[in-house]
Amino acid sequence: MTDTLRRTPLHALHVELGGKLVDFAGWEMPVQYPLGIMGEHKQCREKAALFDVSHMGQVILRGENVGEKLEALCPQAFATLPEGKARYGFFTNADGGIMDDLIVSNAGDHFFVVVNAALRDQDIPHMRAHLDGVEVTEIFDRALVAVQGPKAEDVVGALCPAARDLKFMETTVAPIDGVECRISRLGYTGEDGYEISIPEDKAIEITRALLAHEDCEPAGLGARDSLRLEAGLCLYGNDIDQSTSPIEANLAWAIQKRRKEEGGFPGAERIQRELAEGPARKLVGIKPDGRAPARQGVEVQDLQGNTIGQITSGGFGPTVGGPVAMGYVAAGHTEPGEQVNLIIRSKAQPARIVALPFVKQNYKR
Amino acid sequence: MATYYSEEHEWLTVEGDTATLGITKHAAEQLGEVVFVEQQDVGEEFEKDGEIGVIESVKAASEIYAPVDGEILEVNAALADNPGALNEDPEGEAWIYKIKITDTAQLEDLMDEAAYKAFIG
Repeated sequence: MTDTLRRTPLHALHVELGGKLVDFAGWEMPVQYPLGIMGEHKQCREKAALFDVSHMGQVILRGENVGEKLEALCPQAFATLPEGKARYGFFTNADGGIMDDLIVSNAGDHFFVVVNAALRDQDIPHMRAHLDGVEVTEIFDRALVAVQGPKAEDVVGALCPAARDLKFMETTVAPIDGVECRISRLGYTGEDGYEISIPEDKAIEITRALLAHEDCEPAGLGARDSLRLEAGLCLYGNDIDQSTSPIEANLAWAIQKRRKEEGGFPGAERIQRELAEGPARKLVGIKPDGRAPARQGVEVQDLQGNTIGQITSGGFGPTVGGPVAMGYVAAGHTEPGEQVNLIIRSKAQPARIVALPFVKQNYKR
Repeated sequence: MATYYSEEHEWLTVEGDTATLGITKHAAEQLGEVVFVEQQDVGEEFEKDGEIGVIESVKAASEIYAPVDGEILEVNAALADNPGALNEDPEGEAWIYKIKITDTAQLEDLMDEAAYKAFIG
């Protein structure tokens, strides 16, 4: 472990809890704790798990008409995002590819944006360059903690009753242990839950208080990855990148009607064309028939041996109890039930195209 | 009967020119929870340092390398249904192959238990 890796405000707690620390996008982060990836995954599906996601970039946008200005960079309807609501979105490039995905919240007197750790240094200059008259402030002095799972409401609500009143994709500021925290009811595991932005000097204390609940255990990046994969959620760098369009990535649901019709965002030409005509390839769920996991990069073939696509995320799904994967396949091969072969270590392994998600999402609407 | 260890973290318990082969407890801990084992078939011949199987954990795929030249005599079929046994008892119940050793002189290149313990620190 080199000393150039960045550490979150919870680093000392990860060490104390026995977290196995690895380099993730330049940050020293826990991949798992003594419970193990499988146990942490199940903990999140059955009770509640706590993840440190402080490596993600928290950004505050202040100025006139921030939502409207964001619409020049993203195909989402941020101009009409109501106060107290959060929305999933992405920056697109001129070719209609995805530069990064993000969560944007309307916090009333400002907008609160969370971007991927690895792309902080791209996204923040991008916003500064293109959001005229908007003050873009990257926050370095707050932790971000995700509490996810069917018991998340009990865990967070015990310390912060206001959290119970939030619905999925709602955000508020409320005190926890006397400290003002931003609490948003969302996450990236397919389960109900919260992301809580906490001032760094109170981060360990509040995290300890959340973990003191009998139904809450710490979980690392390993479980976070298998949870989001089973939930059919894209990971930037694996399933989406500068070359994949949101329509190919099955993210048309995240582009609101007005934006689909009017365009006016980078890459609108390709995105509107693919909406009308269908994309040449599409992200689908792929379920191997056998037990061998199919990981990123594995080739997908039709039954005649023609290459039709590639796995972009794959591994073992603890809740499914077997291997699960996502990948791009050519148009004409995207229907659930279609049989394909996955080339794993030079051998063809049978698999099927399936509808996503693998595990039903359990949000509190 | 003597047990030898390889730098690739396999153990080999030898009786005459046959041996039982598996991965060490240390290797199993490093791999994390095992979810799939790809084994070769009985009768397959292999050379030292050749790939003789793959262990997939929740984290990644890792190859099993042959510590000596030989031939597969028996495959532990129980691992197909219960790959997690490799985490529970890697140096006992969860052996991977029984093999025939082509040249027992190759065992001299392997470590004994004390040397292996020093090797993994």
